[in-house]
Amino acid sequence: MNVWVFAQEAAGAPTSATLELLTKARSLGTVTAFVGGDASAIAGALGEYGASKVYATGDLGGKLPGVAVSAAMKAVIDGGDSPDIILFPQNYEGRDIVSRLSVKLDRTVLTNNTDISADGDTVTVTTPIFGGNTLVTSAFSGSGPYLAVFRPKSFAAEPAGGGAPEVVSAPVPDLGATGGATVRAVHVEETHGPKLDEAAVVVSGGRGLGEAAKYEMVETLAKLLKGAPGASRAIVDAGWVPYSYQVGQTGKVVKPGVYIAAGISGATQHMVGMKGAKNIIAINKDKEAPIFGIADLGIVGDVHKVLPKLIEALQNR
Amino acid sequence: MNVIVCVKQIPDPASPGALDPGSNTLKRDGKLILDESDSYGVEMALQLVDKAGGGEVSLVSMAPNGEVSGMRTALAMGAAKGVLVSDPALQGSDALTTAKVLAAAITRLGGADLILAATESSDGYTGTVPEQIAEVLGLPSVTFAKKVTVEGDGVHVERQTEAGYDEVTCPLPALVSVTAGVVEPRYPSFKGIMAAKSKPVDTVTAADLGVTPVGWAGANQKIVNVGQAEARGAGEIIEDDGEAYTKIVSFLENLKVI
Repeated sequence: MNVWVFAQEAAGAPTSATLELLTKARSLGTVTAFVGGDASAIAGALGEYGASKVYATGDLGGKLPGVAVSAAMKAVIDGGDSPDIILFPQNYEGRDIVSRLSVKLDRTVLTNNTDISADGDTVTVTTPIFGGNTLVTSAFSGSGPYLAVFRPKSFAAEPAGGGAPEVVSAPVPDLGATGGATVRAVHVEETHGPKLDEAAVVVSGGRGLGEAAKYEMVETLAKLLKGAPGASRAIVDAGWVPYSYQVGQTGKVVKPGVYIAAGISGATQHMVGMKGAKNIIAINKDKEAPIFGIADLGIVGDVHKVLPKLIEALQNR
Repeated sequence: MNVIVCVKQIPDPASPGALDPGSNTLKRDGKLILDESDSYGVEMALQLVDKAGGGEVSLVSMAPNGEVSGMRTALAMGAAKGVLVSDPALQGSDALTTAKVLAAAITRLGGADLILAATESSDGYTGTVPEQIAEVLGLPSVTFAKKVTVEGDGVHVERQTEAGYDEVTCPLPALVSVTAGVVEPRYPSFKGIMAAKSKPVDTVTAADLGVTPVGWAGANQKIVNVGQAEARGAGEIIEDDGEAYTKIVSFLENLKVI
């Protein structure tokens, strides 16, 4: 099978989601990476993880990836190199590109997947629903390219020792009216300490904290445990903390050794982002909160009482 | 300035979801409510039209059984009218078909200067429909907007990114998907609720809009199995008696985290 992976770069290296998808793609067939931008910094690493060919659009010139990269992919497909499957990461760029491409190719998209397998020409994907309690397996029908989007950390990333791939230019064609949006400025929020999706301990706060100022308790506890602070969507939406703190469906997927949920009820949105943690501690006032259904240690209580005592006990050690 | 908002009517998220054993689609047979994620788009549309000093907010929605109760909530907030696409043939429709149907409904309304949608629904959370609608309509789009202002004949958007946010400009007409929390949705007033009862909702079928095939026939996917995920072992749940923090300390000690 001819398998493409939408590949992304962060700070001069392929993102972990990219390496995970390349590793999985190797088990399905011949792997091509498709980069929205310049691939020179990461082509070697993409080859090491199994890409024998890399398409690169070059600089997007301020165009948003969704419209630009999908058009570049369509141009390559129209040019005769049509993949059987394209794998995307479940994140902003992946979602936008696959959406535009699905219309251009008139093909369905299956999102939020955690696994894929191929048996002959039949390709199936697995999708957890209802917060991960139920697994739905779906098969693509009709002709390819099949478009599938995967949650980060669905697969382990392992290098294959591949050599340098062939790098082929795949320029963005004229976008017409659809290319109207232009990025004028880029703002990067500074972060300290371990990265949220790599930390061994994650302490997250939710609406149960009551007010933005109380989030400080979460940060203090995270620091004491050498972990990273996280957040539920509710308090990100409320503007208490930046989006980069968000754990869940539309945020980061984390799989730490210990996850502490403070004042988080456990909406489906949140649970899909953290239920892969090895150990889960939950503190919530409502004993019916769904988070207790997956907690290894659940404290039915007020975070405003439990957290200060916990912090003090840890500081005194 | 005219704005169309895509709204989804969903089963109450407070009650647990279930699959219809016959079709393996999400059960939507009870009363449906306005997806909270969409209330932000409705509010933003009302504010933008208000600021522009003229125009109106219209709704498009797709739902089984001619359900309008969720749309009535948005009409009560201040939207003027809506198109509802309701058709038994739509059951099993994938996100792409949904986008084609909503795009046709938008065209039926004569289009708009700005089309707003949430970033994803709270029940299906595919998250692809807004961008798919933009592509079907041949429009530019800005996704994941956390701030939207209209300046001249364009929009200025602060777009959430993995690392922070981008400032993006885009000429109108355009589609913008907005994150929850972008504005504070108003509660419908009693007057608004009464007025909503008589606001026009044009109910049409997919065939009326000329969109075929729809439902399972148009989906290019089939569900082959539904199973239970491996459940996490039951944990220890205790009521805080003032000393519960010591339980956490010893739990962390056992794991050698401290």
